[in-house]
Amino acid sequence: MPKFNGSARSLIFVLTATLLLVMISNTAIGSSYIPALLTAKIIYINLLEMIEGILSGAMALTGSSFSFADLFSSISHERTWTDGQEMIIMGIRLPRVILAALVGAALATAGCTMQGLLKNPLADPYIIGISSGAALGAAIGFTLLLPTQITSFIVATITIFVVYNISKIGGKVPVDTLLLAGIAVGFFLSALTSFFLFFSESLHQIIYWMMGGFWNAGWAKVKITMILVIIGIGLSYRHSWNLNIMLLGEEQAQSLGVNVENVKKEILILSALITAAAVSVSGIIGFVGLIIPHIMRNIIGPDHRILLPASTLAGAIFLVISDTFARTFPTKMQAVLESSDIMLFQLILERVGSLQGVDLPVGIITALFGAPFFVYLLRKRRKNIYA
Amino acid sequence: MLEVRDIVVSYGDRQVLNEVGLRAEEGQFLGIIGPNGSGKTTLVKTINRLIKPSSGSIMIDGRSIDTMNTVEIAKNMAMVSQVISIDFEFSVEDVVLMGRTPYIKGAETHEDMEIVQDAMKRTKTFHLKDRFVTQLSGGELQKVIIARALAQKPKILLLDEPISHLDITNQIDILNLVKDASRKGMIVIAVMHDLNLSAYYCDKLCLIRDGDIISYGTPEEVLTPSNIKTTYNIDVKIVNNQITNSLYVIPLLEPLDKNPTFSTEIESLYSAAE
Repeated sequence: MPKFNGSARSLIFVLTATLLLVMISNTAIGSSYIPALLTAKIIYINLLEMIEGILSGAMALTGSSFSFADLFSSISHERTWTDGQEMIIMGIRLPRVILAALVGAALATAGCTMQGLLKNPLADPYIIGISSGAALGAAIGFTLLLPTQITSFIVATITIFVVYNISKIGGKVPVDTLLLAGIAVGFFLSALTSFFLFFSESLHQIIYWMMGGFWNAGWAKVKITMILVIIGIGLSYRHSWNLNIMLLGEEQAQSLGVNVENVKKEILILSALITAAAVSVSGIIGFVGLIIPHIMRNIIGPDHRILLPASTLAGAIFLVISDTFARTFPTKMQAVLESSDIMLFQLILERVGSLQGVDLPVGIITALFGAPFFVYLLRKRRKNIYA
Repeated sequence: MLEVRDIVVSYGDRQVLNEVGLRAEEGQFLGIIGPNGSGKTTLVKTINRLIKPSSGSIMIDGRSIDTMNTVEIAKNMAMVSQVISIDFEFSVEDVVLMGRTPYIKGAETHEDMEIVQDAMKRTKTFHLKDRFVTQLSGGELQKVIIARALAQKPKILLLDEPISHLDITNQIDILNLVKDASRKGMIVIAVMHDLNLSAYYCDKLCLIRDGDIISYGTPEEVLTPSNIKTTYNIDVKIVNNQITNSLYVIPLLEPLDKNPTFSTEIESLYSAAE
């Protein structure tokens, strides 16, 4: 795959730096106040200790007696913070921020590859029925008291295989058929989910799950998701040149030596995999996978060699910020409502009771802030990308 | 050498090519002519294995393309289809570089870039290399697509109506370019509509109607009034154009009465020719 030029590389660098900055600063934000610098220090020291642990573990395995504690002793281990603060940062906020970043990255990457592959501006990671499959899986999980992460992942993956095989005609998968089959299967699965919802006692839980959020993020979820998402995204990048060529049309791609059907199959499997991994831990977060690739395409053009990594990073940044809103907004809102003596606000407060400590589903935030921004871009866009 | 052996192609019940056979040698410029819907495009697509024939085979230097994978086929033949526009903002250089796809493993090499530059220079598109393909005129874009095909370093260059939508300057530019490639040893097979340009540029012509080869040979052998009557159903006069030393096909049309004295002059010319 041909390399891209210098200016593109610096854009990726800037986005990566922004992502790190956003992740650290957003870890610092929350109901109990911990300064950003202190947060950075807590994360830094814990990271070092983790690396130290891994290295000395590896050394112990090989039987070497070299002590890494000496190597790292130059860095101050002095703790200027309380255990409580460390617990909040490392145990609660950081895994949540990382999970949001992973899910955002996964959805934006999958959306970008799907839009390129299907050459359809309406394509998103969910377009061929993954979200409906995952929702059904979660509904089954909640109803039968099985772990929802596993059930939704399994059903979502099965959905993609079904859709792919329905659309297969004589060894080929025409894009239009794939889209329509995805929509048909999606509706069918949504109907099944509604059926479950109607009879299920965990109605509230399922609906909450379907709105999407990171309420119970933990390191265990982070680990599984991280492995799947990073491998999936990495493998997707290998196809960015092929995706460029396929934009010019499948026949041209074929005569240029691209095995179109194989590429299609691999990209579908990869984006299905990372989407399923994301959805199974976060529920159905809309908008990220649709809008972020569009925004990036508007800014940097259609070259997937840079568009894909840029979408990945922008998706991560966007979802981390949105999730911070989701977990802090109700508390802030409560404060505003209480401090004002406008009659209407008092009335609202009486009705909703307390907002304190409530998490909004992040899907609400992404759409609430993403949609107007996207409309703005639509109005001033350079041109129609998919003429 | 390219050999097309008795290929049969059907779309559903309709048979589009009936046991078509052809051969083309290195350095030959073969033109495929025939009315719309006669199967010309299907024939070149089948040669490129974009369409799989229900029977028959395509042989390159004695080896069937059925034994080759997509990459091998792309190393042997390049296809220039009728691209009217590209809606995506790729630079000209990137589009030409796409021609190197079958050769690139990992990143592109210095040699790949040299081949790309050489292809752009040969097609006189080097000065456009940093422009977006969306900003090119039809003629420039077609040259870029040919540069991409040349960068593919194929033995066989297939062109599907490469000049049908271009002005006369660009038509001649592009045919000169393709002729030059064939003189350097490439097998060139082009679907053409302009009989006069075909007569001038092509070494061999293949006249197709309804999936059958009506005539195959040199322009002198193929372009006869009776052949053209049977395929296109029009009456023509064929003269030897002494300026270009090639055949010239003149459709025998009713003179339109725009200029009475002029039309009588023409009429007398026609009767003299008959």
